Amino acid sequence: MTPSDRDATGLLTRPDPFVQLITPTGERVRDDVHDPWVRDIDLDVLARLYRDMVVVRRLDTEATALQRQGELGLWPPLAGQEAAQIGSARALRGDDFVFSSYREHAVAWVRDVQPAELLSVWRGTAASGWNPYEHNMAVPQIIIGAQALHATGYAMGARWEGTDTAAIAYFGDGATSEGDVNEALVFAASFDAPVVFFCQNNQWAISEPVGLQSKQPLARRADGFGMPGIRVDGNDVLAVLAATRIALDRARRGEGPTFIEAVTYRIGPHTTADDPTRYRTEPELAEWRERDPIARVLAFLEASGVDAEGLQRDAQAEADRVAADLRAAITTLADPEPMSVFDHVYAEPNSHLDRQRDHYARYLAMFDDASHEASGSEGGAR
Amino acid sequence: MTQLTLAKALNAGLRHALADDEKVVLMGEDIGTLGGVFRVTDGLKAEFGAHRVVDSPLSEAGLIGTAVGLAYRGFRPVVEIQFDGFIYPGFDQIVAQVAKLHYRSRGTVKMPITIRVPFGGGIGAAEHHSESPEAYFAHTAGLRVVACSNPADAHLMIRQAIASDDPVLFFEPKRRYHVKGEVDLDASLADAPPMGVASTLTRGDDVTLVTYGALVQTARDAATAAAEDGVSIEVIDLRSLAPIDYAPVEASVRRTGRLVIAHEAGQQGGMGAEIAASITERCFEFLEAAPVRVTGHDIPYPPAKLERHHLPDLDRILDGVDRVLGRPNSLSGVEA
Repeated sequence: MTPSDRDATGLLTRPDPFVQLITPTGERVRDDVHDPWVRDIDLDVLARLYRDMVVVRRLDTEATALQRQGELGLWPPLAGQEAAQIGSARALRGDDFVFSSYREHAVAWVRDVQPAELLSVWRGTAASGWNPYEHNMAVPQIIIGAQALHATGYAMGARWEGTDTAAIAYFGDGATSEGDVNEALVFAASFDAPVVFFCQNNQWAISEPVGLQSKQPLARRADGFGMPGIRVDGNDVLAVLAATRIALDRARRGEGPTFIEAVTYRIGPHTTADDPTRYRTEPELAEWRERDPIARVLAFLEASGVDAEGLQRDAQAEADRVAADLRAAITTLADPEPMSVFDHVYAEPNSHLDRQRDHYARYLAMFDDASHEASGSEGGAR
Repeated sequence: MTQLTLAKALNAGLRHALADDEKVVLMGEDIGTLGGVFRVTDGLKAEFGAHRVVDSPLSEAGLIGTAVGLAYRGFRPVVEIQFDGFIYPGFDQIVAQVAKLHYRSRGTVKMPITIRVPFGGGIGAAEHHSESPEAYFAHTAGLRVVACSNPADAHLMIRQAIASDDPVLFFEPKRRYHVKGEVDLDASLADAPPMGVASTLTRGDDVTLVTYGALVQTARDAATAAAEDGVSIEVIDLRSLAPIDYAPVEASVRRTGRLVIAHEAGQQGGMGAEIAASITERCFEFLEAAPVRVTGHDIPYPPAKLERHHLPDLDRILDGVDRVLGRPNSLSGVEA
């Protein structure tokens, strides 16, 4: 039995196996198919993946705290999905292009997005936090599944240009019901697009269990679209890395798209505005906490002779430092200038918007005049 | 100068754009081997190859969504929507993605996507083949919306739309695809009037008549007929619906004091409402009468045998002209 076999609705017909290289208790599973893809991952590299996961979990905790303290408007926590995101993102090359949803904070971390840039959107100071071309990662996508088509189009273009660059689309179990995701799978298969469809099945789309989206394990859908589907333990960073490397290799060799179902769990709420106690049980949560993606790596490293205590201490220190930097950066982030509300609507001059911008500038200027007249000194209200 | 149909003029413009810039790709249903159901892309796949002129699976969201990804990659996709009424499955990708990504990315990601839409009625077509959805897109910030009305404009405007760094909804008057006109195939874009500029087609002193697309010819015919009746009409082809080039409309209304707007789309929340409001705001003291709209009814597009009762024609436009002039008309004696 694997974690995803148990299902709150009972709609899943039967369990499917998944790829697992490190068990929840930290034992290494031998796997002739997948081991060759992670031969280079020695204990040092695995320790770095561990540190990645510790840092992003800490960032996530800090962001939730910042939201509770009124510094962010909203935050969608990633807790529980660290391995799925770190394992897949660490499989990418720098020139590959990421199209994510709104919960891929760990992927953004791997792509060197500054945490403050990541959070600026949730503070409401910017429509997006970073220049996509500096990180080869698109602006986050709120419309569920829309980015799957963008990744597919990007990959089609990369293939037409004769490069071996790939694209990866991150989405959740809920998105698999969206037309855009299904249409992306059709286009990608038809054009042999070098794209990886990375589905984090975290079991819940806000309050709706995965059984409402699909009567069968999601990875099985791939077959109907004419591409391989890989079902992987999404809480096993090594297995996720192997599966993503396999998919990327297929893409680079011109063999087309792959669908990966990373079976994981959203430990936290959908967002800070959500209350998961209304739709799921404490025993379910406890069961998934035992399959924690971070603890198993530490257990494995310790069993392999690594100084686990030292590693844990160093990782936590680094994580605390990153969190402190984030807090300092985000709480001092200036509000944008009022007139910037009109910026970048169009790439070219637009007579209609230019006129509207001019009228609003005149309106705002009235308050400048009023404050000058009222006080003639500093501190005039705006 | 060459005599070309509007469809052939578009074809020539697309060929020009494909030849000028290797990042231009055409995508759509049946546009490759078949050359499009209206043959607008006829011969282009054979000339430029299957990676430049791409037959796509039947999915409008798929077409627009992959075009977004291609634009991210630096391409300039030109998407054909086969018929106006088929655009709605792609609506989300247009309004939520294409229109917003330049803004959302703070100007770092350009969306130079052209979405070609054969629009309007009058060809006796089946359901969903005769619609005028332009106002939805004119209402959407981040998009440009244009409509061509003649072969010469079609040839230049499609090239300008493709060259624009902003996304453009490009409406083609399908019932005029086969009407011929003079086209200068060697015309340079540098010398052409920008696609955002309206065109004053006939000079007139009594009434300003504003329209776009297929109704431009109807409006010209109405002006000719009215002239025989001693009424002088200034016909303006808007060409661009977002943004609207108000300068020539304002200048005209300041002289005529009377404005009629005609379009095939329904009246409620349509382009006519926007134009009437804007001109009233800008030229109120010059208006001798309230602006008049001559539009399709606010109904689903009717069956083919009824479409002549839906589409504004020459006589309905002249009835609107009579109304704005305070002459006897269909609504005489009816309280507004």
